[in-house]
Amino acid sequence: MSALASTSFPAALTVLVLVPAVGALLLLAMPRTRPDLFKPVALVASTVSAALAVWVLAEFDTGSAAVFQFWQQYEWISGWGVSWQVGVDGLSLFLVVMTALIFPLAIVGVDAEHSPKPYYAWMLVLEAGCLGTFVALDLVMFFVFFEIVLVPMYFLIGGWGHGRRAYAAIKFFLFTMFGSALMLVAIVALAFLHSSASGGAVTFDLTVIAESQLLATNTARWLFLAFALAFAVKVPLFPVHTWLPDAHTNAPTAGSVILAAVMLKLGTYGLVRFGLYLFPEASVYFAPLMITLGVIGIIYGAIAAAMQRDLKRLVAYSSVAHLGFIVIGTFALNTEGLTGGVLQMVNHGVSTGALFLLVGMIYERRHTREISELGGLQKPAPLLAAVFMVVMLSSVGLPGLNGFVGELLVLLGAFNAHRWWAVVAAAGVILAAVYLLWAYQRVFHGPASGANAETPDLRWREGLVMAPFIAAIVFMGVYPKPVIERIEPAVDAIIAHVEDNVAGFAEPVADVHPSVSLEDLARSTGKADHNGGGTEHGEGDE
Amino acid sequence: MGAVLAQLPVRTPSVDWAGLLPVLLPAAGALVLLMLRSLVPSRLMPAVLDAVWTFAVAVACLVSVIVLWQRDAEVQAFGRELVMDRMALFVTAVVLGSVALAALTLPRYCKRVGVASAELCVLILLAAAGAVVMAGAADLIVLFLGLETMSIAAYVMAALNLRRLESLEAGLKYFVLGAFSTAFLLFGIALVYGATGTTNLDGIGDYLDTYIVLRDGMLLAGLAMLLVGLGFKVAAAPFHAWAPDVYVGAPTPVTALMASAVKAAGFAALIRVFVEALDMRADDWRPAVFALACATLAVGSILAAVQSDAKRILSYSSISHAGFILVGVQAASDSGVASVMFYLAAYAVIAVGSFTVVAVLSGQRDDRTGLDALAGLGTRRPVMALGLTILLLAQAGVPFTSGFVAKFSVIAAAVEARSYWLAVVAMVSAVVVAFAYLRVVVAMYFRDAGDEAGTDAEASEPATGLGAGVVIVVAVLLTVAMGVIPGVLESLSSTAAGL
Repeated sequence: MSALASTSFPAALTVLVLVPAVGALLLLAMPRTRPDLFKPVALVASTVSAALAVWVLAEFDTGSAAVFQFWQQYEWISGWGVSWQVGVDGLSLFLVVMTALIFPLAIVGVDAEHSPKPYYAWMLVLEAGCLGTFVALDLVMFFVFFEIVLVPMYFLIGGWGHGRRAYAAIKFFLFTMFGSALMLVAIVALAFLHSSASGGAVTFDLTVIAESQLLATNTARWLFLAFALAFAVKVPLFPVHTWLPDAHTNAPTAGSVILAAVMLKLGTYGLVRFGLYLFPEASVYFAPLMITLGVIGIIYGAIAAAMQRDLKRLVAYSSVAHLGFIVIGTFALNTEGLTGGVLQMVNHGVSTGALFLLVGMIYERRHTREISELGGLQKPAPLLAAVFMVVMLSSVGLPGLNGFVGELLVLLGAFNAHRWWAVVAAAGVILAAVYLLWAYQRVFHGPASGANAETPDLRWREGLVMAPFIAAIVFMGVYPKPVIERIEPAVDAIIAHVEDNVAGFAEPVADVHPSVSLEDLARSTGKADHNGGGTEHGEGDE
Repeated sequence: MGAVLAQLPVRTPSVDWAGLLPVLLPAAGALVLLMLRSLVPSRLMPAVLDAVWTFAVAVACLVSVIVLWQRDAEVQAFGRELVMDRMALFVTAVVLGSVALAALTLPRYCKRVGVASAELCVLILLAAAGAVVMAGAADLIVLFLGLETMSIAAYVMAALNLRRLESLEAGLKYFVLGAFSTAFLLFGIALVYGATGTTNLDGIGDYLDTYIVLRDGMLLAGLAMLLVGLGFKVAAAPFHAWAPDVYVGAPTPVTALMASAVKAAGFAALIRVFVEALDMRADDWRPAVFALACATLAVGSILAAVQSDAKRILSYSSISHAGFILVGVQAASDSGVASVMFYLAAYAVIAVGSFTVVAVLSGQRDDRTGLDALAGLGTRRPVMALGLTILLLAQAGVPFTSGFVAKFSVIAAAVEARSYWLAVVAMVSAVVVAFAYLRVVVAMYFRDAGDEAGTDAEASEPATGLGAGVVIVVAVLLTVAMGVIPGVLESLSSTAAGL
């Protein structure tokens, strides 16, 4: 995979990452006597980053979306072969843009409840960490950013959270750190094994290692598991998801927004970039496992969400379900599934980020998130209800809104690869409708009594914060082409990479066309069911 | 004088006195200070001069290290009994750097707690001289001399807080167990001498290179005893039992030095003996060090996680760091040595910084070190809280701090030596010990301040003081700088390891 450097502004991505970090330092240096300045400084820093991200989006060459653009490399720790290497392709482009846009919205939309200076400083550090993770093309650099985001989030949850905030913060930190502990060993092992196999110097360059594929099959599978564990905790996948409800529920609103919209994507993005791309054979081998965990997550998350009494916890569990879709799309290992997965990363960021903002607004008005204590909010706050409904429907996956496009593609891809799992996952869509509509009904419909009747509607500022979310939800639902045409080439390149490097693997594609007899169809279906794996299925088709 | 000697017909052992300055300066500095204190009436010589003198000697020694580092040839003295090579110089820099930083905190600390500063400073310099000898030892006997010089000074230093029973207990405990471990070390030296016929480390290496020891029971027993003796000094489990009590009981600046300088010297000796001299028998000692490292990591991190006293948490975490450094030793390679050097330097800075924070907050008797004492520090003293937070995160191995790079280099060395499981154990234990650091952070920030205990603490809490303030700031800046731009220290430690 070659890389393109930008001619007009080669350091765009580096600056994009550094601006929030510099903003955080600036905040730190500011006197405590001017608390009114903290928020504007944070806003300016994150807006500059957002503007740069939008510029990157505009300058992005759609024709070569499969290669890394705005690519740049500096030496960092030359003795160990570690470099500062950044670039975006179709996979990371929209994640970068979404991250850069959602931070200023989260900063402007939610005020710090107390101690604004460290609050905004941590937000900016978090932004720099998240952006750095998405643009990093060096394994160590990626790890560094992947790990550093824990610190600001730990402080945001612990310092500005509610309820058992210290417990939730520590649990979040330790779970994620445990996951990534093994990944660091795997990264180092990967680099050393690669260098001893290639006879060259030790390098942590992602593309160099991924393109040469020098590892023994079994080794690669072990290393994949170490990487996958780190990402599975972050996503979170089924058995290691328990930190998420606590972290989400106890985090401050902006923390939940960022956690859901951006940080969970670090895991799913990692699975694509550092799972599929680095370990194609292992990804194919473990695809059934990952898909199974994803499907369990969908159903489990949906059932758990339906049972929640706390609105925020409900949205948190809905994330477990939605992220399950992304995982099955990714490991469907075909263009539709992976495109849908990547698209769904952005979609989930937008809609769940917006949902957490709205839940925060409700909490601010009513000082409770208990669904049973809310009710009839539609009457006093019609605008809030309308916005909530649009966002909620996008999360459900209503056609015409963004969630539908992503989920449809994921299900298409999964259907071609693992038919019956796709059927089960589709049930998750219905369950999503159940718990979200039910929650909406209980919170907004019915008679408004007591304090509920006095709930103020959206304020101007809140409306302005929500407007971009609604615009993105509708735009990507009605006209997803500009997004998909940038994602798809990169996805195709990854799938082709997997096909090239895995003997006997062919992309599982739709096999229903006139020349196929019913008998063939039955045979291939039976085979796919029997093995539960895409490999055999693909072979049967060729 | 050298020129005169060179023209004489008689061959005299040439001693490069300039090359020995890193040893001579602290030793002479200690003696001069001791004499001045005994002869000059104390009204003519304010107590602050002790610390100033210690600082000056340490800085002079650091300068001599820098000068010697520029030389191409390594300094050998006394018929290759003492070798000031790059590794010795690196460890000297770590030791004296820690001494210089710790000296800055002494005046205010000694005055507040009532520790005799002259004695403390003399002992610190003597211990430093011993540590430098250990780092440069090219002979087991010299190693033993250095180790005893350092240890005996350290025993007394641990007991110097006379008003505190725990301090006396620490001194006694350290002394008894230290003497016990020294016996092991000596016995080990004797057995290795018996097996190889020399105590010179190069000689041992050459002997093992040339001959295959067929009946190697004596050699292996000697090896095991050396490992036990040195394991005591670096507080590796299961020989760590003295460490927590001694660390907690000793005056806090002394604890800082024990965690940084004493530990660095101990690991330098471990590398000299095992990685360099006993290189040929690496297959014999590597499994033992593997087991030691695993035990040390597990004991240090798990016990750190269940403590509720900041000083005790840092003490147990110091054991866990020793485990990490052992991972680098276990690699038995040049890159392993380089990673150990990096880790020692990074951890010395972190340890001195964190223990200095504890010392500042520890009250009149140097015993207010519970997590309660830290409650609400984030609002009471935001700068110091931020400093301690960064140092703790560095200990946890969070990126953009020297702690991360140090852990990374150790893990890399272990993986390169194909010790995957040790690397995994190390990383998992890092997660466990992170819990302990997070608890400290929780105490500082997330516990609601403003309760009665908090206001009490505020009233009785001593001021930071210029010296301690400078130390904390320098430690934090170095920690972050080494994490963001690790290249400088990385190349220095590689050079020290002979890479």
